[in-house]
Amino acid sequence: MHGRPRKPLKPVDEAAVAAKAEKLRALQSEFLSNHQNKIYSKEAVELSAKLLEINPELYTAWNYRKLAVQQNLAQCESDPESVNSILDEELKVVENALRQNFKSYGAWHHRKWVLEKGHSSMDKELGLLDKFQAMDARNFHAWNYRRFVAALMKRSDEDELEHTQNMIDKNLSNYSAWHNRSNFLSRNCSVLLSNLMKKAAPGFTSKDEVLTREYELVREALFTDEDDQSGWFYHLWLLDQTVRSEFPLLVSSWPVEGSDISLPAADYLDGCASMNVFHYSSRNFPLVLYFNQSVRGVNSSTVSVSCGFNLNIDLIWKPLSSTDSQSAKVWATHLAIPDAELHSSEAYQVEVKVGFSQGIVSTTGVAYSHPSQISFQLHLQKTPLESGQDSRFGRIQWKDDCFAVYEPGSAEPDLVNLLDNLTIKNEVESTASTWQARIIDDETNIFRDLLDCKIGKLTVARLLTAYNSLRPLDKPVHCKEVLELYSELMKLDPSHYQYYKDNHSLVLLQQVTSSKESLLSRCFHYRDSTLSTNGSPLCLRLNNLAISQLGSFEKLLWVQMLDLSNNELQSIEGLEALQLLSQLCLSNNKFRSFTALESLRYLKSLKVLDISQNEIGSHSIDTTRYLFRSPLSHSVGSCDWNINYLSSETYWEAFFVLKDMGLTQLDVAGNAITSKSFNVFLEKLLPTLKWLDGVEVN
Amino acid sequence: MEFNPPLLTSSQRTLSLFPLPLHFPLEIRTAGEVEFPPPPKRHAPPLQQALNTIESTLVAMGELAADKHVKYILAVEKRKDSFESAVLEHLRMNGAYWGLTTLDLLDKRDVVDSNEIIEWILKCQHESGGFAGNIGHDPHILYTLSAIQVLALFDKLNVLDVDKVSTYIAGLQNEDGSFSGDIWGEVDTRFSYIAICGLSILKCLDKINVERAVNYIISCRNVDGGFGCTPGGESHAGQIFCCVAALAITGALHYVDKDLLGWWLCERQVKSGGLNGRPEKLPDDTENGGISDRPDDAVDIFHTYFGVAGKTVAA
Repeated sequence: MHGRPRKPLKPVDEAAVAAKAEKLRALQSEFLSNHQNKIYSKEAVELSAKLLEINPELYTAWNYRKLAVQQNLAQCESDPESVNSILDEELKVVENALRQNFKSYGAWHHRKWVLEKGHSSMDKELGLLDKFQAMDARNFHAWNYRRFVAALMKRSDEDELEHTQNMIDKNLSNYSAWHNRSNFLSRNCSVLLSNLMKKAAPGFTSKDEVLTREYELVREALFTDEDDQSGWFYHLWLLDQTVRSEFPLLVSSWPVEGSDISLPAADYLDGCASMNVFHYSSRNFPLVLYFNQSVRGVNSSTVSVSCGFNLNIDLIWKPLSSTDSQSAKVWATHLAIPDAELHSSEAYQVEVKVGFSQGIVSTTGVAYSHPSQISFQLHLQKTPLESGQDSRFGRIQWKDDCFAVYEPGSAEPDLVNLLDNLTIKNEVESTASTWQARIIDDETNIFRDLLDCKIGKLTVARLLTAYNSLRPLDKPVHCKEVLELYSELMKLDPSHYQYYKDNHSLVLLQQVTSSKESLLSRCFHYRDSTLSTNGSPLCLRLNNLAISQLGSFEKLLWVQMLDLSNNELQSIEGLEALQLLSQLCLSNNKFRSFTALESLRYLKSLKVLDISQNEIGSHSIDTTRYLFRSPLSHSVGSCDWNINYLSSETYWEAFFVLKDMGLTQLDVAGNAITSKSFNVFLEKLLPTLKWLDGVEVN
Repeated sequence: MEFNPPLLTSSQRTLSLFPLPLHFPLEIRTAGEVEFPPPPKRHAPPLQQALNTIESTLVAMGELAADKHVKYILAVEKRKDSFESAVLEHLRMNGAYWGLTTLDLLDKRDVVDSNEIIEWILKCQHESGGFAGNIGHDPHILYTLSAIQVLALFDKLNVLDVDKVSTYIAGLQNEDGSFSGDIWGEVDTRFSYIAICGLSILKCLDKINVERAVNYIISCRNVDGGFGCTPGGESHAGQIFCCVAALAITGALHYVDKDLLGWWLCERQVKSGGLNGRPEKLPDDTENGGISDRPDDAVDIFHTYFGVAGKTVAA
C-alpha cells in the first residue's frame, strides 16, 4: 500500500480499527440503499459527502451526487441563487475530497463536470490550481485540470506558455513544466512552419527564431544540473524539430538514374548474374522507390512508367510494410515484360515519373511537391548462358575462399556509374539548411564542453549525426568521432548498451556506404568451380562488423547477394527494401525467433538463405519478440492454417515467415529449434528446396 | 480458416492475459515450482539489480514462498473486518482479478471455489451489460474488464451474454475514438486499453472503430516517446503500458518510437534498482515487482500480483 508503513497493530489499536471499519461499512451500506432507491434527501446527500471525505475513491458516491444535482437543479429551475448554492456545495465536497487525496480521479472529474455547467469563476479555478501546484508541482491531475480550465477560458497559448515559463523559473527540474511547454509548441509547430514557407508575415515568429529561443532556455537547465532529465528530453525534441525534413522526397530508387540493365532472354531457375543481369524467371522486373519518410498514395496515377512496349495493365504499387497497408517509406512494383518482346535485342528506354500528378502525401499530411524523373535502359540479352552450366544445382558456400575481391574492369562500367548515382539530388534540401546547420553548429560547440558526462557525449553524437542528415548528398563528416563517442558510451553507461550499439552500427554503415570506393572495397565475386566463370554474382560483404542494427538501405537497393554473417543482428527490419536480394547470409548473428526475420516475406526473389548459428527457438518466453512492429497479430487470421504439415502448430512462426518463399537453398543448423522433425517440416513447406543444411534434398 | 492456437494450460492462458495480446501460443514455463531458477546470465546488470530489489522485498528469506502468498491472498479475501478492506470494497472486482491471477501463476487456482466467485461476479452485472466493482455499486469499464478476465481465467466466458457486454463496452467509445469509463464521461487512455483488451478477449474487436481508437491513443503520444492519459498529458509508465498494449493488440506498434520510448523507460530505473513511474519520482513496485510497493511499506494484494507476475516474466 502506498505510503503506509508495515508494522503489526497493537491489540488496542486493532479493536479501534475494527470499530472504525464497522462504522464505515454501515455508512456504505446505507448509502448504497439510498442510491438503489434513488433517495436524494438532504440527509442522504450529506451522507454521501461524509463518505467521500473518508474515501474519495468511492466512485459510486460521485455518480450518486451527480444524479442528486441533476434532480435538484431541475427542481429549482432557473433560480440562479439556488443553482449557485447547489454547485458551490459540490465544489466544496470536491475540495474536501482532494484534501484527503489530491490524486483522486473521481474528485477531479466531478469538479470538471460541475465546471462544465458554467459555474464558478475561472480565475478562482486558476487560483486553486496555483495553490495545488505550489504544493506539488508534478501532480499531473492538476496539470490536466489546468489544461481543461485553460481551454474553457480560451486562454491563449502564449499565456499558458508563460505559465510554464514561471514554473520552470521556480524549479528548473520541473519535468511536468517542460512537458507542457513542449506540448504547446509541438501542437503549434505546423502553424509556425507554414508561416515560414510564406514570406514572413509581420507578427509571426519564424521557426528558427522560436527554436533558437528555446535552445537558450533549455541550456540554462542543462548546465545547472547535468543529470537532470527534464531538460535533456526537451533538448532532444528541439533537435528533432530542427532537422526534420518537412517535405516528402524521393531519396533513391532502383534502377538508378541513367543505368543500363540487361535481362536474360530465356528462363533461369537460378541464374548467377553479373551486376546488371537479373534472373527473374518470369522477367518480372522490380521498380523500387525509396522516400525520406512514410508516404501514401503511390499508384499508377501518381507514378507514371513509360517504356518502349505496352504494359497493358496498370502497375500495382505496393508499400513494403508489414503493418501498414496504406503507407511506407519504400514502394515497389513489378514490370512484366510481355512475351512478344522475347527475342528482340533492342534497348528500351524506360522513364519513371514520380509525383507529376497530385496524390502522394506523407503520413503527416504534407503533399509531395518535388517531382522526380528516373530514366534507364533495358536490354534483352540475346544469348542464354553456356549450356554446360547447370547452376541450379550449385550450392553457395559462404566461405572466405569462395570470394575474390572485385576488380573493376571494362566489363562493368555501370557499377561505378551506379554507385555514383545512388542518392537522388533534391534541390530543396540544399537551400533550406542554412539556419539549421548554424543552430546545430552552435549547439555542438557549446556541448563539447560537457563531454565528460554521459548525456553530453550522447548529445554531441546526436548533433553530429543530425548535421550529416542535413547534407545527404555530401560525404558524412565526423564519423570517426561519433563512433568513438558511442564506443565510450557503451562502456560508460551499460544500462543503455544496446541503444548505443545500435546507433554505432547505423553510423558505421553510413560510413561504409558513403563512398563508392568504400562500397567497391566490399564487393566480391563469388567463385565456385562448379559454376562457369561467365557471370559470377557480385556479393556485398558486410560481415564481421559487429553491427547490431541495419540501416542505409537507400544506398543498397542494387544488392543481389549480401553477406551479413558474423555480426550481432537481432532484427533485419528495413531489409525488405532490397527487392533484388536473391542470396542472403545471416549466419552467426543473434536472431532469436522467426518473427525477427519477418522482412524476408517481402523478398520474393530470395533463393538462398543461411540463418545457421543463431539463437532461434532457444527462449521459451522471447521478450524480444515484441521489439518488432507487429507480433503477427493481424496477419495470422488471414492465413490458411489447414494444411497437412507435421507439427505446423509447433512451427507456426517458421511457417508464417517461410511459406511462400521459393528457396532453393536453406541453412538452419546451429539453432535451438533445429531438429529432425523441423527439417522434415521445412522440406514439406518448401517444395523448391534443393539443399537443406548442406545436404541435397530428394 | 481461423487460426486457433493450441490449447494452453491455465498459467499459459493467464500470462497471455497479462500484458500480452491473447492470440499467442506461448510456451511458458509453468510457475508451479516454489523456487524460481536464478535468472540467466544474459541479463544486463541493471536488470539483475532490479531482480535483487525484488528479492529483498519478499516476505521470507530471499525465496518466493508460494504457500505464504496463497495464505495471504485467501486471508485478505475472507477478512472483512479490517478498515483497509472496507475502504477498498468498491474495487473488489479488481482485487479478485489480482488475487486469482496470482494464485493461478502459483498454480494454486484450485484453493478457491470458482462457482462461488462466478456467482458473485454475475451479481455485479447491470442491466446495461457493464459490471460494478461490487454488488450494489455502479457499472464501470474498469470492473467490466476484471470480470471478463476472471471468467476467462476459469474458462467460463460462456456464462456471459457476450453480445450484451461487448455492446456496453463499445457504447463507451466517443466520436474522437477515445473511451469513457462510464456514462459520466471521464476519458482516459487507460479506458482505451481496457476496451481493446476486453473486446479482444471476447473476440469482438470489430464492434468498435479501431482506427479512431488508435488515432486517439496516438494523439496522446508525447515528445519524449511516452503516452499520457489524455492529449497533452504527461508521460507516465502506467499510461504507457496501457497505450503500448492497446497498440500491440490492434497491430499498431509501428506508431511507437521504440528507441525513444525504450530510452525513457530505461531511465525509470533508479540507483536502488527499483523503477519509478516518471522522472524524479520515487520507485514503486507496481512498476517493478515485489510484494509491497517499497521494502518498508505494508503488504497488499495489488502489489503482490505485480510482484509475482514480474518475477515470473523475468525468470
